[in-house]
Amino acid sequence: MADIERHDYDVIVIGAGGAGLRAAIEARSRGLRTAVVCKSLFGKAHTVMAEGGIAASMGNVNSRDNWQVHYRDTMRGGKFLNNWRMAELHAKEAPQRVWELETYGALFDRTPEGKISQRNFGGHEYPRLAHVGDRTGLELIRTLQQKIVSLQQEDHAEHGDYEARLRVYPECTVTELLLDEGRIAGAFAYWRENGRFLRLEAPTVVLATGGIGKSFKVTSNSWEYTGDGHALALRAGANLIDMEFVQFHPTGMVYPPSVKGILVTESVRGDGGVLRDAEGRRFMFDYVPEVFKGSYADSEQEADGWYSDPDNNRRPPELLPRDEVARAINSEVKEGRGSPHGGVYLDVASRLPAEEIARRLPSMHHQFKELADVDITAESMEVGPTCHYVMGGVEVDPDTAASGVAGLFAAGEAAGGMHGSNRLGGNSLGDLLVFGKRAGAGAAEYVAGLGARPEVSQADVEAAEQRALRPFEESGSAAAQHPYALHGELQQVMNELVGIIRRGEEMSSALDELAELKDRAGHMAVFEGNRQFNPAWHLTLDVANMLLVSECVARAALRRTESRGGHTRDDHPGMDATWRRRQLVCEHRDGAVTVTERTHPPMRRDLLELFDITELRKYFTADELGEVTAEL
Amino acid sequence: MSAPTTRAGRARTSARTLRTDRWWLPPLVTFVGLSLFVIYGLVRTFMNQWYWAPEYHYLAPFYSPCLSTSCVPGASHLFDVPLPGWFPPPIIVLPFVLGFRLTCYYYRKAYYRSFWASPPACAVTEPHSRYTGESRFPLILQNAHRYFFYPALLVAAVLTYDTVIAFHGVGGGVGVGLGTVLMLINAVLLWAYTLSCHSCRHLVGGRINHFSRHPVRYWMWTQVTKLNGRHMMLAWASLISVAVVDLYVMLVAGGVFPDLRLIN
Amino acid sequence: MAYQAHLQVWRGDADSGELRDYTVEANEGEVVLDLLHRLQATQCPDLAVRWNCKAGKCGSCSAEVNGRPRLTCMTRMSVFAEGETITVTPMRTFPVIKDLVCDVSYNYVKAREVPSFTPPEGLEPGEYRMQQVDVQRSQEFRKCIECFLCQDTCHVIRDHEENKESFSGPRFLMRVAELEMHPLDSYEEAGGNRAEEARGEHGLGMCNITKCCTDVCPEHIQITDNSLIPLKERVADQRYDPITRFFRRKKD
Repeated sequence: MADIERHDYDVIVIGAGGAGLRAAIEARSRGLRTAVVCKSLFGKAHTVMAEGGIAASMGNVNSRDNWQVHYRDTMRGGKFLNNWRMAELHAKEAPQRVWELETYGALFDRTPEGKISQRNFGGHEYPRLAHVGDRTGLELIRTLQQKIVSLQQEDHAEHGDYEARLRVYPECTVTELLLDEGRIAGAFAYWRENGRFLRLEAPTVVLATGGIGKSFKVTSNSWEYTGDGHALALRAGANLIDMEFVQFHPTGMVYPPSVKGILVTESVRGDGGVLRDAEGRRFMFDYVPEVFKGSYADSEQEADGWYSDPDNNRRPPELLPRDEVARAINSEVKEGRGSPHGGVYLDVASRLPAEEIARRLPSMHHQFKELADVDITAESMEVGPTCHYVMGGVEVDPDTAASGVAGLFAAGEAAGGMHGSNRLGGNSLGDLLVFGKRAGAGAAEYVAGLGARPEVSQADVEAAEQRALRPFEESGSAAAQHPYALHGELQQVMNELVGIIRRGEEMSSALDELAELKDRAGHMAVFEGNRQFNPAWHLTLDVANMLLVSECVARAALRRTESRGGHTRDDHPGMDATWRRRQLVCEHRDGAVTVTERTHPPMRRDLLELFDITELRKYFTADELGEVTAEL
Repeated sequence: MSAPTTRAGRARTSARTLRTDRWWLPPLVTFVGLSLFVIYGLVRTFMNQWYWAPEYHYLAPFYSPCLSTSCVPGASHLFDVPLPGWFPPPIIVLPFVLGFRLTCYYYRKAYYRSFWASPPACAVTEPHSRYTGESRFPLILQNAHRYFFYPALLVAAVLTYDTVIAFHGVGGGVGVGLGTVLMLINAVLLWAYTLSCHSCRHLVGGRINHFSRHPVRYWMWTQVTKLNGRHMMLAWASLISVAVVDLYVMLVAGGVFPDLRLIN
Repeated sequence: MAYQAHLQVWRGDADSGELRDYTVEANEGEVVLDLLHRLQATQCPDLAVRWNCKAGKCGSCSAEVNGRPRLTCMTRMSVFAEGETITVTPMRTFPVIKDLVCDVSYNYVKAREVPSFTPPEGLEPGEYRMQQVDVQRSQEFRKCIECFLCQDTCHVIRDHEENKESFSGPRFLMRVAELEMHPLDSYEEAGGNRAEEARGEHGLGMCNITKCCTDVCPEHIQITDNSLIPLKERVADQRYDPITRFFRRKKD
């Protein structure tokens, strides 16, 4: 295929969100020739949607904060299912990663001493989130984008070419990872603009493709979140872990219908907003679970006192971890105490002066004004749960971000383990930076230790090309399927049957439906247009990925017979300590998804000692605790 | 008209604009408003009379400060430039006052849009085939705006002085007429317009990068910034008030009607 | 509540194209982008539209609605009469790729020509101290979502393709202003001069402050009053005003 564009790199980063860009910066800074391939324009990644902030225990607002406290909060939030090493690295390194952003030009909001200001957030014991109003994700992406540009400027000064060592391939989709005897050899991609194919050769690939939210109907995620990285990794032979854990953010917009799912930042609650039912009652006090009773207020008076005097009052229950709040809202609505459009009320108007709301939450103010005609400084918002984040992802080594496939790395939402069964708000941006950097460094080390470079086989390239072009051939077939319709059906199935509240028989029927959709998906066709910027064609390739990943979610969710974090079973409502040690691993072998069970390695002793034994008793089995207390 | 939409692979559309609203209305209103003022100003300048109403101590703003030996007695300020009687005194001061408005960032927008159609309205193709903006002579002179700002402060001060004088009663003591009130409003608007100037905002504090080290200048910058947000409104309000006061004084001085006295 | 809306959408590519008429269902609360998506799903699957977040945060879905540069995700159908024909065309200032998708690479080229933030010497990460009042001006400019609507509407390049070479557009002049006002940027200490570069390399003098960039900004950034004019004044300080040049102190 002489007409295929061909490029040679040391590392290909797939995805240009926070994790991808941080990985690229690291790889390029270590001298690697780096490509960043992303489906959208440079700087549009879904990271821009992050509103609240970056959790990092800098202790600027409350000096008692440190990495150990952050670590504890993260483990509690994830219900002790997290990969403890990842949680540890994250808590330790997040402050350094945030400070580093300032040297790239980031401008965070400041404390009176001129340090980075930090705000309260659900599940975080102290004010911990570095932020810029409620547009922190935008600041993060722009800062990293501008750092990439500054590295390119250095290259331009040195080589006369901005792209000598670091090039961004915008609006370019990777459809296949190319292997050489089980090692990464490159990636096959196409330009969305004209449909031309690319053969990118490199011994390492960093997956930073984000999540899978577009498999669900009500989601805060953008079209890009089609689980590409998850699917690519699976097909290349890597494992996915924790796929049953999908976070439903408690507060998405519910009205008007066209904006259903769009996020309402948790900072609204962090800054004083409260949840009320149709009668105006603050219902969250009824939903504080046993394990959190000690640290959350049981009266409005105490809860309100916490904002000004956090040392002598317990936290308001609105700031429970996201899974708890989402479930609470869900049951309020189910019991008929919801708002007219099937949500509950989020009230900040009666809690803060109008100017203060406009200053602290400018983009929320703007979003509601423009999209729903609601002035949040005067009225309550109607909110309900929306699919937001997948805790599951590629299984990686915590220190190097390396997956089980040689040369394949993953970071950010595409990687699994860090957040356990539920992610705390603010831990995502920290995750991107900490493990983005580690993935870049991991790739650099791998390249340095590499003997002969793996080679791309021509046959693989041709096969990838054939697969990508298949939808054009299907349009004549009698079984031809419309990708938009199929995608709609998939979203419906996942939302209804594998959504926020799950049941065994529903998930079994979801699996049947997914199998049927998978058959039909083989016949997805492009009915109009050619390869030039053709969204229908793009969607056919995305839907295939979504189906594969959805199957993982459904299979793992069916298997886990308990409720924990982002996995709630109506038929198994309680948290089951025997499930705490068990991790579900998805693999793709011979075209089929299999789920196997595995035991979590025990937590390192010094980390375990950070917790109180009475707290551990709430999560661990008596057997395990027997071992633990013996150790302690 | 140039047809830039067919160049460089842009989407081909034949229309100059696809705007469906009445985009031509604001530039038209601006055009009419500014033209009327200019015509009035020219006529008034060369009228060279009826600018001083001695019994009420009213001086028409177009003639203030009056710096010519030809100024009618009582109207003259501080020093007098020897000029022939036919020479209208405003010609000495007018270049500064006009220059301030001509180089004002708001007026520039207004007349570039309405008089020069560059552009006539947003997203409406302009009729010129070449464009260099303010990067060359003569428009590069717009950068001198701050040099007009300083005299504008003086003029505002003089008009304030005129207003104080206008508080004289007809028979001595303190008096207030409709003219006094109008002059007072005009003086306030002029000050507000002058201080809300973008150059002023820059000079008082905008040029500083560390506000925190200059709290007083930061405070001044904050105040000017508030005014600056209303610069357009103040530009029009002060333009209208100047014309109204001038017209009023002219009519009173010309004896068309007597001043409406409120006090003495 | 649902009704049939009339849409005219520009379909075509760099070689040719035309406005085509469509009738498509519109429901309560929907925005123009919802209708374009419905068109894709029901009538023209290959209709090219760029979009991402659909919440006005990413700045991808820029186009012109009834001739006005807008984010299609933030243009509510309720602002139009039910019988009105709504025309959607690609941004006029940039070359079209297909349908509503433009080649916006001009912007990325210009972005690279603005020298990056220069970190202060001798300050380690974590040692940066800045006051809120000192960062808030640049913070306003950093609200920019890079939708490039200001670039699209700016007549300097919209009506004069030849100016693209010497003019970076409001977005990147604002970027220069952002760095120029950054309390810790050390570009000047390193021998650079951002205001002078704004005038020279980025064509600040071309701007005739007609404010269309500010009018279209979906983030309501006061581009003209807070970045372009202050930048012009800083140029005046250095270039046209011997007095302030004499008084000018670094690090003010």
